[in-house]
Amino acid sequence: MSKVPADLKYTNTHEWLRELPDGTIEIGITDHAQHALGDLVFVEVPEVGRRLSAGGSYAVVESVKAASDVYSPIAGEVTAVNSQLASAPELINQDPYGAGWIARIRPAAAATGLLAAAEYEKLLREEEPD
Amino acid sequence: MGRRTPLFELHQSLGARIVEFGGWDMPLSYSSLIEEHHAVRRAAGMFDVSHMGILDLRGSEARHTLERLLANDVGRLRAPGSALYSCMLNESGGVIDDLIVYYLGASGFRLVVNAATRVGDIAWIEANIRGRDVQLAERTDLALIAVQGPQARARFAQLLQGEQAALAQSIARFHAAAIGRSFVARTGYTGEDGFEVMLPAVDAPGTWRALAALEVVPCGLGARDTLRLEAGMNLYGSDLDASHDPLESGLAWTVAFEPSERDFIGRAALKQVQRLGPERKQVGLVLEDRGVLRAHYKVIAPGAGTGEVTSGTFSPTLERSIALARVPSAAGDHVQVDIRGQLKEARVVQPPFVRHGRSLLTAAMSHP
Repeated sequence: MSKVPADLKYTNTHEWLRELPDGTIEIGITDHAQHALGDLVFVEVPEVGRRLSAGGSYAVVESVKAASDVYSPIAGEVTAVNSQLASAPELINQDPYGAGWIARIRPAAAATGLLAAAEYEKLLREEEPD
Repeated sequence: MGRRTPLFELHQSLGARIVEFGGWDMPLSYSSLIEEHHAVRRAAGMFDVSHMGILDLRGSEARHTLERLLANDVGRLRAPGSALYSCMLNESGGVIDDLIVYYLGASGFRLVVNAATRVGDIAWIEANIRGRDVQLAERTDLALIAVQGPQARARFAQLLQGEQAALAQSIARFHAAAIGRSFVARTGYTGEDGFEVMLPAVDAPGTWRALAALEVVPCGLGARDTLRLEAGMNLYGSDLDASHDPLESGLAWTVAFEPSERDFIGRAALKQVQRLGPERKQVGLVLEDRGVLRAHYKVIAPGAGTGEVTSGTFSPTLERSIALARVPSAAGDHVQVDIRGQLKEARVVQPPFVRHGRSLLTAAMSHP
């Protein structure tokens, strides 16, 4: 079973959100998502200052086998990106909720439709038979 | 649900991620695709490739039939156990399939064909043997395990005793031998040394477990794809298909125009292409920027026109992206590839990219 930290919020497309003390939101992909993708070899991160719409693609993660879009869980402006991913995309595999964060966003509006950890775990139980 | 090989339950018990491929449920990877890839380059890995079709042809006209059906010349196979890589073409020179043909001596010939093309191949062969003394038998009773890597042959030989072990070790490259109930071929799809072992389906799980006990690493189709691409080998359906001929697919070396009296199917069409000069060629690409080349990305060859990536991946050995592409014949040493709307620089190289664990790229290339 994948790791699902209790203090984060989630989406049903396997992204996570962390509220930071300065009011920005850190986002990335979940342990379940990184496991499903396999070894990541390239991450295309957004530019700082780019405005994201809720549900829009803001990054691309590429495994050996395929390229996958990553969707923003909220609307807002990118205030920082994880520049370490350019040379070490495997950080997402190794530490999806920590060193593998993708971007920080200043939200333009309150997020809707997010899942609490328990709800996301329930979703995973339905998707992961074991 | 797709068809399952005799090793399917073993793959499940090893926690393999299963994908559909050519109508079969096959392992994509067991744990880490990249680790499986390195295991083959550095020591030994094994692949269940029992989904591939094994077709035996026998009868007094089997040789003559294959001389007509295959673009490479089966006439070169004189010693039992010798093998040949060939395309099977349609009348317009398009590739119906690429395959390996083994000469079995008095028992005839054995073809190993792709899973996805197996049904069409059988129909094509049957249409071409009608009225001749040739019998076609599909060997669904056999499994096929590829054992590949610098340590592969030695570890496989450890499963055998005395004379059988010596016989296995003595098989020359691109040759095969019957050993016990197995047919052991020194062929592969990885750019490493090794064997492809055809054996009774009931023997397959025991052989797989015995190889695993010798630290031969189970590898899935994911690593098989990265290994073959590094080795510059075509994948049917991506780099080869019925609407392209072997001359524009990097396979001119497999077309035997001599002896000139051998009238193989597709010969006239290929001769015409040869006279006019092929409009396109297959090349290898090495991405100089960051990113990953993928099939169907557009290739821009300055001054020559455009082409297309036919298969691309991240190369675990080179730690950069590589691809096979079909481009205009006049394309030069550098091209650009459109990756999601951005033009990225790629260098044109002659495949293979990696052979026997080593990069074949020149040291002058800068790492991205």
